[in-house]
Amino acid sequence: MASIELRNITKIFRDAKRKRDLLAIDDVSLSVEKNEFLCLLGSSGCGKSTLLNMIAGFEKPTEGSVTVGGKPVDGPGADRGMVFQQANLMPWLPVWENVAFHLRLKGWRKADRRDAAQEYIDMVGLRGFENHFPAELSGGMSQRVGIARALLLNPQVILMDEPFAALDAQTKMDMQEELVAIWQKQRCTVVFVTHSVDEALVLGTRVAVMTSRPGRIRELIALDLPRPRDTTGPRFNDHKRHILNLIREEGLQQRQAAVA
Amino acid sequence: MTALSKSWERAVVPLFILAAWEVFSRSGFLPAALLPAPSVVLHTWGDWIFGFDETSQGNTGRWLADALSSATRVAAGYGIAVVSGVLLGIAIGWWRWVERTVEPTLQMLRPVPPVSWIPLAIIWFGIANKPAIFLVFLGAFFPILMNTIHGVKTADRNLIRAASMMGATEQQLLRHVVFPAALPSIFAGLRIGIGAAWMLTVTAEMVAVKSGLGYVLWDSYYFLRYDLVLAAMASIGLLGYATDALIKVLMSAALHWQHGSTLQSREG
Ligand SMILES: Nc1ncnc2c1ncn2[C@@H]1O[C@H](COP(=O)(O)OP(=O)(O)OP(=O)(O)O)[C@@H](O)[C@H]1O
Ligand SMILES: [Mg+2]
Repeated sequence: MASIELRNITKIFRDAKRKRDLLAIDDVSLSVEKNEFLCLLGSSGCGKSTLLNMIAGFEKPTEGSVTVGGKPVDGPGADRGMVFQQANLMPWLPVWENVAFHLRLKGWRKADRRDAAQEYIDMVGLRGFENHFPAELSGGMSQRVGIARALLLNPQVILMDEPFAALDAQTKMDMQEELVAIWQKQRCTVVFVTHSVDEALVLGTRVAVMTSRPGRIRELIALDLPRPRDTTGPRFNDHKRHILNLIREEGLQQRQAAVA
Repeated sequence: MTALSKSWERAVVPLFILAAWEVFSRSGFLPAALLPAPSVVLHTWGDWIFGFDETSQGNTGRWLADALSSATRVAAGYGIAVVSGVLLGIAIGWWRWVERTVEPTLQMLRPVPPVSWIPLAIIWFGIANKPAIFLVFLGAFFPILMNTIHGVKTADRNLIRAASMMGATEQQLLRHVVFPAALPSIFAGLRIGIGAAWMLTVTAEMVAVKSGLGYVLWDSYYFLRYDLVLAAMASIGLLGYATDALIKVLMSAALHWQHGSTLQSREG
């Protein structure tokens, strides 16, 4: 059974002020299997976040249906952990309280929350920073807290919206490795939004290349490359060339459409 | 050493003013009763507090009682204003329908200066504690309310998303996200509110109550005891300063997480 099922999703943003509607997503169907690591790849503004937000339950599709684990999505919930583009940590809570926020909502005692948080803090390599506040963390560390927080939900589905976009190359590589290790250990389903071809090829079991606005799925590419991925190998580069060509075509079409 | 020289720096201007005032008052340029010298004021004030030689006549030794009755009124009116202002502010900021139904009325009442309620307050509550508490409430309520609304409305939507992703109910969102997010703004309202509270206690005591520092101030004016007037002014200033300092301490304890992330935290 597919873990996530999008059926004929259309999303129109009604712009009351400008009296103009914006077709953001146009008839997207997609199913993501259990334990899959799907990368959504597309240019800026093509509707990647919108699609992810609909799976998370923050947005409702104008038409079509979203189901996760067989159940229709009708709002956000702890069965789908989300890691946001900005870490979105509660600035008034120390790292461990942010990681264990879910347990605070469930009314756990402080000592139990602290213990539960520790496992995930260790997992993302933040031991020693438990009592730091978000303002005292670097961007990469904040992002890791966000990941630990999503993992603690122990969700079947983890949604990630360009979580590493703001990081430097070295940190990004480390985090990508960590993420793959965590995903292999937890056996969860990941939907990972990115606009970096390399990132999609390093992480995904499948890559969904989107068209520019309105967003459609241009092509689904299965990656059966061994891990850890060799970013200089010939098969990696074949995939990369292919995807870059798709993106180039998209850009060309869009420019022509703009001229016409 | 540096701390000492710093506090010395701060004391220079007030000390100079006091000295000049003392000299001016003793020079006989004005009748001594019109502008009592600081030493005279201090003497009267001391008698008002400790009651050693009855220079403050009927008020001798009664300062603590006067200060307490003013402070009680401030505490009561301010307490009601804090609870209602914060709760209502969160409701108005969070639920559109509350905003639509309640806010227009409040916005119409807000420009009416609290002091202009004095006649009605006296008619409704008589001459005693209640009209003063009512006025204090009015004065503190609006700044607290407006700042709470602002704090709720400017809460980061993404934090709310993050919390609802973790399964927060609406009530939990309000308690665990919206309230703490609005807290810096709420504290700004609390500090404006405490100033208004003291101002209105004193005003009410001048007009509608027969006790407290404001009453002593106004009463001494009638009896041409300007030394007592000045002592009362200084007392009110000191108490106002002390309550504000107390709120500041609470604020830095509650908002310690801001440390290092805001410009304000540089002050040290
Ligand atoms: N709440 C909204 N109201 C109106 N329009 C929106 C809203 N959210 C997104 N859009 C529009 O939908 C389109 C897709 O936006 P989306 O945020 O999904 O893009 P994206 O693919 O995530 O881009 P990026 O890579 O830059 O994050 C954009 O043109 C955007 O202007
Ligand atoms: Mg986006």
